[in-house]
Amino acid sequence: MRIRSLLPVVLGAALLLGCASSIDQVMKTDQSAVQLRSYQERAFDTADKEQTLRSVIATLQDLSFVLDKADLDLGVVSATKLSGYQLRVTVTVRPRGSSQMLVRANAQQGELAVEDPKPYQDFFTALEKSMFLTAHQVE
Amino acid sequence: MSAPRAARGRLRRVVSTALCFLLLAGCATVPDNSMQLSADSLQLRQLQTRRIEGIDEPALLAASVGVLQDLGFNIDESETRLGVIVASKNRSAVDVGDAVGDLVVDSLVKAALDAMFSALFGDNFDEGDDEDEDDIVYDVTQKIHVSIVTRPALDSLGQPRKDAQVLRITIQRLVWDSEGRISHAESIEDPKVYQKFFDRLSKSIFLELQAN
Repeated sequence: MRIRSLLPVVLGAALLLGCASSIDQVMKTDQSAVQLRSYQERAFDTADKEQTLRSVIATLQDLSFVLDKADLDLGVVSATKLSGYQLRVTVTVRPRGSSQMLVRANAQQGELAVEDPKPYQDFFTALEKSMFLTAHQVE
Repeated sequence: MSAPRAARGRLRRVVSTALCFLLLAGCATVPDNSMQLSADSLQLRQLQTRRIEGIDEPALLAASVGVLQDLGFNIDESETRLGVIVASKNRSAVDVGDAVGDLVVDSLVKAALDAMFSALFGDNFDEGDDEDEDDIVYDVTQKIHVSIVTRPALDSLGQPRKDAQVLRITIQRLVWDSEGRISHAESIEDPKVYQKFFDRLSKSIFLELQAN
């Protein structure tokens, strides 16, 4: 009886260990930087950093995120979405040449990096609408 | 150990195992539509947005901070040049009606089970151990997050105006239950909440404009 009641706890703990918490996690990525950037990064034909950041913020609010942080100088916005799950995203905006802004997003859900390209594509689709500009794939 | 108690004990272990797996599932995948504009995005935007005339952006941000303070929020982050304010507060999540309701339902279920089993097997059920008696789970504490974003309204030529702003507020909360687990992680979508905020905001704007 006692062993049986302990079983779920032990099983749960074992599975949790498999899912996180080792020092290796600090520097771990599952994909190369080039791969990640191919879907996390897009360029927009505007030189207006402030307006780009404001559009990013408006898009995140449209997607039901609540902001955590915003910094115009650094060009950084972080936000969290709670909808049964916890999705945290950071978006950076920086100049690319003199006529473009480079927008990059990275997200984590719970304890896992989001490495499926689809949510990022959806984000950039929503951002395009808010900016009235096309998102260009960066070579 | 008596039959009904053993059965309930087993049920609880199954449920706790299932919960473990559910929590683990939380670290597996993102819902496919998490970054998609949904059908009610527009409706939510209307609920959460107001256009405010006769005030510049810094004054509106100051008035908004005033409302948040009135409501007991602490400011976690602000970037005036982007029109952003982030605030939060920790509060009790105990819903007296809920907790009492659970207690009543639980004891009714227990009484019904006891009655059923004693009808089936006779009267000697009450000697089992009571280890499972007091583990009714209820909501205990919550953290409420708010972000307020302002932007200048546009004039008929599409140029930003100094004297009219558009403000949008979004609110979420995390709720923890009596066992320390997250029981709700949700966006607040109740129109009444936003209506109350905007009522308070118009008063705060009035005071802000009076002060200057």
